[in-house]
Amino acid sequence: MIRLEDIIKIFSKGTIDEKVAINGINLHIREGDFVTVIGSNGAGKTTALNLISGTCSPDGGEIFIDGKKVTNLPEHKRAKFLGRIFQDPLMGTASSMSIEENLAIADLRGQRRGLGWGVKKARRKHYMDILKMLDLGLETRLKDKVSLLSGGQRQSLTLLMVTLSLPNLLLLDEHTAALDPKTAQRVMDLTKKIIQENNLTTIMVTHNMQQAIQYGNRMIMLHEGRVQFDIEGEEKKNLTVEDVVKRFGAELKDEALLVA
Amino acid sequence: MFLSSFLRTIPISLEQGLAYGIVALGIVISFRILKFPDLTVDGSFPLGAAAVARLIMEGMSPIYGVILAIILGFIAGCSTGLLNTKLKINSLLAGILVMTILYSVNLRVMGRSNIQLLTVNTLLTPLESLEVNRFIPIIAFFFVVTIGIKILTDMFLHTQIGFAMRATGDNEQMIRTLGANTDNMTVLGLGISNAFVALSGALVAQDQGFSDVGMGIGMIVAGLASIIIGEALFGTKTIQRMTIAAVVGSIIYKFIISLGLRLGLAPTDLKMATGVMVILALGIPALKKEKEGKLHLRGV
Repeated sequence: MIRLEDIIKIFSKGTIDEKVAINGINLHIREGDFVTVIGSNGAGKTTALNLISGTCSPDGGEIFIDGKKVTNLPEHKRAKFLGRIFQDPLMGTASSMSIEENLAIADLRGQRRGLGWGVKKARRKHYMDILKMLDLGLETRLKDKVSLLSGGQRQSLTLLMVTLSLPNLLLLDEHTAALDPKTAQRVMDLTKKIIQENNLTTIMVTHNMQQAIQYGNRMIMLHEGRVQFDIEGEEKKNLTVEDVVKRFGAELKDEALLVA
Repeated sequence: MFLSSFLRTIPISLEQGLAYGIVALGIVISFRILKFPDLTVDGSFPLGAAAVARLIMEGMSPIYGVILAIILGFIAGCSTGLLNTKLKINSLLAGILVMTILYSVNLRVMGRSNIQLLTVNTLLTPLESLEVNRFIPIIAFFFVVTIGIKILTDMFLHTQIGFAMRATGDNEQMIRTLGANTDNMTVLGLGISNAFVALSGALVAQDQGFSDVGMGIGMIVAGLASIIIGEALFGTKTIQRMTIAAVVGSIIYKFIISLGLRLGLAPTDLKMATGVMVILALGIPALKKEKEGKLHLRGV
């Protein structure tokens, strides 16, 4: 599905501020994997996602999606394969556009856009149906601007937008971290449901150890730009926070990660 | 005295307001939709005027001049977009560079600094020779053209490409992850914007009977003033409101200016008055400590 080979990423290369963000990552994610990624601040989690999505390109190594080399493919050309949800709920939607207009934009993810109407009547019914799934009453507010929605509502809408044209790979970048606990749980439940129903291959970066253990079939810990551990299957299922602390307590200096 | 000035100002404000309303519509696309502070306008307006004036002097049909003006305006806008997206030149500077270059281009196009069009046939000549008050057919003409462009703009901004363009101004990162090339959207949007502006320049030159290399000075500020006035009345809730705000705002702006001139404002102080108007409109919300400013722009 997606393969990272000897990926290296260095910021401010050749200056006094030089920082090796990714230091030789080799990773193979299979079709249907739901991988959770943890790691302390600066471990390279977000940089790894940026490299996969094409927001930045690596200083060394190659990236393949479905056997196709995408290492230097610009971001908008990878959109066909990828769906991405950011931590900031404002990032996933266009606030000056209406709910249905946002859905219509996502409907055409990775496709050629032409001079046809943006919102097609035939699709509007479908938008209402899927909005009902959220149970937030948004199905009656198709023409409302997204700026009128709360953070949780916007993040839920962003999730829905991903499902409109399913990506080969879904990237979640701490997408519940900026929400209050109750809303975060709601959004996480919805995320799980969407991933399971569509059997989406997913990489979820999280700061929350409990969440990383609870969800997914595989868990990866990054530390100083390397893969510290990579466990899956039964071993992952039986994992507890205590286990992780016992085995990797020394590296886990980030206390936020432990208490969360 | 005041009332008669008031009434006599109406036809001229309608004529000019509608003609310059096309500029305001162009600025809606650059400043409002793309959130791109495009200053090319001050150069693309006289570019349109120069193109049409030259072709008419060469004995060609004015309609070709208008078409050429639209094409040249489009190219000028695209140039600013390309300087910004491909060469990574700051958006304000990119516009200033193209505007400055256009000054020379416009002189080259015209071959001198101004061309009189009073004694030759223009697109408006058939309308002016009708047996009615000159204002009626001219205002009708500009009404049809400007409202036509407003409706086309509304329609375009509701197409798939239009959505991608609006999202580019709103949330560049988001629309990129959804697969739109935001660079192309910026270039295309600025092209359309300046095509409108050049069209307006071409029509205004024929309406006032001359093309002058300096006629674009302050165009961007006047356009912004129009938009701000219009938005105070119509708001920005929908695209249709934003575009009608530009057109009506332009008419009201011209009305205020004409009235001011009739009541003794010196023509030399016009641009200062306009500038102060924009400063007040943009600045008062900040002084009142309102969170939302009037203009959100990217890349400044």
